[in-house]
Amino acid sequence: MYDVIIIGAGISGLSTACHLSRYSCDMLILDRGADVSEGATKANSGIVHAGYDATPGTEKARFNVKGARMYEDFCKSYGVPYQKTGALVLGFTDEDENTLKKLLERSVQNEVPGCRLLTKDEALQMEPNLNPDIALALYVPESAITSPYELTYALADHAKINGAKFLLNTNVESLSHEENHWLVHTDNGVYKAKAVINCAGTGADVLHNIISTKQVKIIPRRGEYYLLDRLEKPLFSMTIFQVPTSMGKGVLVTPTTHGNLLIGPNAEDIPLEDDTATTRDGLDEVFTKAKRTWQDISLRTVITTFSGIRAHEKEGDFIIGKVEGAPAGAFEAIGIESPGLSAGPAIGIELGDMVAEYLKLSKNTNYMPPTPQPKPFNGMSDDEKKLAYEKDPDYGKIVCRCEQVTEAEIRHSIRRPVGATSVDGVKRRTRAGMGRCQGGFCSLRVAEILKEELGEDNLLTITKMGKGSEMLTGKLSEGEI
Amino acid sequence: MTEIPVDIIIIGAGPAGLAAAIAAKKAGIDSLIVFERDEIPGGILNQCIHTGFGLHRFKVELTGPEYAHRDVVEAEKLGIDIRLGVTVLDLNQDKIVTCISHEKGLEKYKAKAVILAMGCRERPRGALATPGTRPAGVYAAGTAQKFLNMQGYMPGNNIVILGSGDIGLIMARRMVLQGANVLACIEIMPYSSGLNRNIVQCLEDFNIPLYLEHTVVDIKGKNRLESVIVAKVDSSRTPIPGSEFEIPCDTLLLSVGLIPENELTDCAQAEMSRVTSGPVVNSHFETSVEGIFACGNVLHVHDLVDYVSSESAAAGEKAAEYVLGKRDTSKLIDVVDGKGVRGCVPQKIFIDDKQGIDLMFRPDNVYKNHYLTLTAGDKVLMSQRKMILAPGEMVNVRLNEDKLSLISEGEELVVSITPEKAG
Repeated sequence: MYDVIIIGAGISGLSTACHLSRYSCDMLILDRGADVSEGATKANSGIVHAGYDATPGTEKARFNVKGARMYEDFCKSYGVPYQKTGALVLGFTDEDENTLKKLLERSVQNEVPGCRLLTKDEALQMEPNLNPDIALALYVPESAITSPYELTYALADHAKINGAKFLLNTNVESLSHEENHWLVHTDNGVYKAKAVINCAGTGADVLHNIISTKQVKIIPRRGEYYLLDRLEKPLFSMTIFQVPTSMGKGVLVTPTTHGNLLIGPNAEDIPLEDDTATTRDGLDEVFTKAKRTWQDISLRTVITTFSGIRAHEKEGDFIIGKVEGAPAGAFEAIGIESPGLSAGPAIGIELGDMVAEYLKLSKNTNYMPPTPQPKPFNGMSDDEKKLAYEKDPDYGKIVCRCEQVTEAEIRHSIRRPVGATSVDGVKRRTRAGMGRCQGGFCSLRVAEILKEELGEDNLLTITKMGKGSEMLTGKLSEGEI
Repeated sequence: MTEIPVDIIIIGAGPAGLAAAIAAKKAGIDSLIVFERDEIPGGILNQCIHTGFGLHRFKVELTGPEYAHRDVVEAEKLGIDIRLGVTVLDLNQDKIVTCISHEKGLEKYKAKAVILAMGCRERPRGALATPGTRPAGVYAAGTAQKFLNMQGYMPGNNIVILGSGDIGLIMARRMVLQGANVLACIEIMPYSSGLNRNIVQCLEDFNIPLYLEHTVVDIKGKNRLESVIVAKVDSSRTPIPGSEFEIPCDTLLLSVGLIPENELTDCAQAEMSRVTSGPVVNSHFETSVEGIFACGNVLHVHDLVDYVSSESAAAGEKAAEYVLGKRDTSKLIDVVDGKGVRGCVPQKIFIDDKQGIDLMFRPDNVYKNHYLTLTAGDKVLMSQRKMILAPGEMVNVRLNEDKLSLISEGEELVVSITPEKAG
């Protein structure tokens, strides 16, 4: 029997797992994806929100502000990108001006430091490519950006080196309680634990409703994005929001931690929780709305489009803690939409401590702190590159030309504790295939390295993103070419 | 870090780099290195196992590897230093080349001249922003070609091809010969962007339907591609509502354009052309950075490798002349794209060039019985009737010394396609 089973290997589940690693505890982490970070954590804006806009007194406000304050150190300890870029919230009308003034008041109530209103000229001076039709802007100096999936991969490694077990490709179908423990029923067997933590994202309501008398409802909310190529001179240095609406923070334009420009998301409530297709209408909506921020918007440098699903709970707030109306030993983090990424580290601590207290766990005397991720080759100085090559000559083989990713990094991404098992897994861990040619040159070589590292006989079993997504359909017989 | 001095560095050992190296060596440059990131020289030709190469240059139909082999053999005979498995990471305006290899690690070289010959890459799905899911089975045609021809794997069984570029057409035939079903080739324009001979030999001969003025508007399938939705487009290339139809398939190959690979050109801050997506060059194939030359598909995307070779040989010769201090660079004028012309290269020419100058461009549409017209000031230098001009086939115009001597300094040379004979 496990002490704890965590359902869902996204930012909430794995932040909690890492915090629980500080305690002596037998932990199992289940996820239906072929990799960790496959749900909402994979595809979002990557913003660490300062916390200026959450309604004071809500769980969203409390966890956002607490999480955002921890973020820089948190990312640093895992060696994951974090940049405090600052943000602007743009206003165009008198009504917007009132909204921005209210947001400024909120920032004070939520104790977010440094926010102030800027005149049009001040804003344009900071971001010359803004639409000159703006009236004013709210400046949020504490706003930051991170790489959500890179952070989550690092969390997964950290939990694993502290003994957590991972079972991927495993869908939790039901939960049941017996005397003093829980049974987790999956399509891959039944698992027993003293406590369960439901961090199942868009699927969390179903599990909650099986065990609780108090029902919740998750509405899958899809957001579509354009990703633009890196430029020598970035067009925007800050995250640019427009005034928020009832559907969320609206379409933003933001640099990413790797120097790309991200435009999106729209917000569309959809019936299927896993429908991450992009649509013509959705992308057109993003384009039209982003034009208000960036008048001369150009899609000439688009390298890809994608969409992500946020788990919106119908009451609108996070639900974090013991599952109300359920037997003891059930915990959850539900409705973790924006600012869920920002809240992640704080959710992990609070939920982890709650579970530890319930199970009366003792401190883990063998706790291993996180080891920072190695610096990517393309961010190294010449001296660092020489040193890296001396330690491992595979740094001398560039596999991905666009992002200058080396064979050493690709092998490392497969060998790390929770390593890549697919071409997309390598891509998100190393950026091989993330550049402007989108894997045109390197996907074959990446597939070959995966084959070698995973001990496969040939490339037929190598997948894009897990079972069913095999890259190739057949092998020619010897001499057939 | 010490910088190793060398006269000429050539980046890329595809057909462009090899031809440039051979020409520079023959012109008297001994200190010359070719850097190639692949483990074999020849570039993209190695995966082009079909025939059709070399008709103009060698008067014989060769496969890609055979064509490359001829240059590799000559380069070896001349003792040209080709370094394989070396990736150039940076190039600056002082012509300092930073590169890395498995064999030697990080190195820096200081060249007197650099010839850019990195070739081009395929436009990916992302660049089209085609909506839909992101399953396995969507490949650039050249990527699929590499899987099949270099490694012996089938990328799929039921194939739709989006775009009618040459690689897509060649792959249509290749997949049929390998036993796959090629269901359709979808082209958004009213004409193919590939060579006419490929339309005939790769589609028509195999009864593969070509849907002109159609495009893929949606991609379906969770893990592996399951179908594509195709729609007819109007004259502004916008899909027409109600015209959609679904083609079940497991593979979509994209042949939707090639983009010169100019990261290093950008590193050196050479001026770029928005039309060709390559650097702006003069008739010595020299970029806006003195001593940095460019040729082949990194400069502009060619239709035939034969022209890549001839252009690159000229670039190699000019780079050698530059290093040897032999060149005369007076009287430079601009070449301007007139009506019907896209991306004429070179963009600047030396009008006192005794050897004459070749201009190359692609027409922006299909023109029948039009005139290829060159003017400078109010002088008509040429107005020649052409039966057919199409975007899929490059136009090559030679300006000899006599014609060049008619142009005065300060004038622009305008290249255009006109319905009537000029002058």
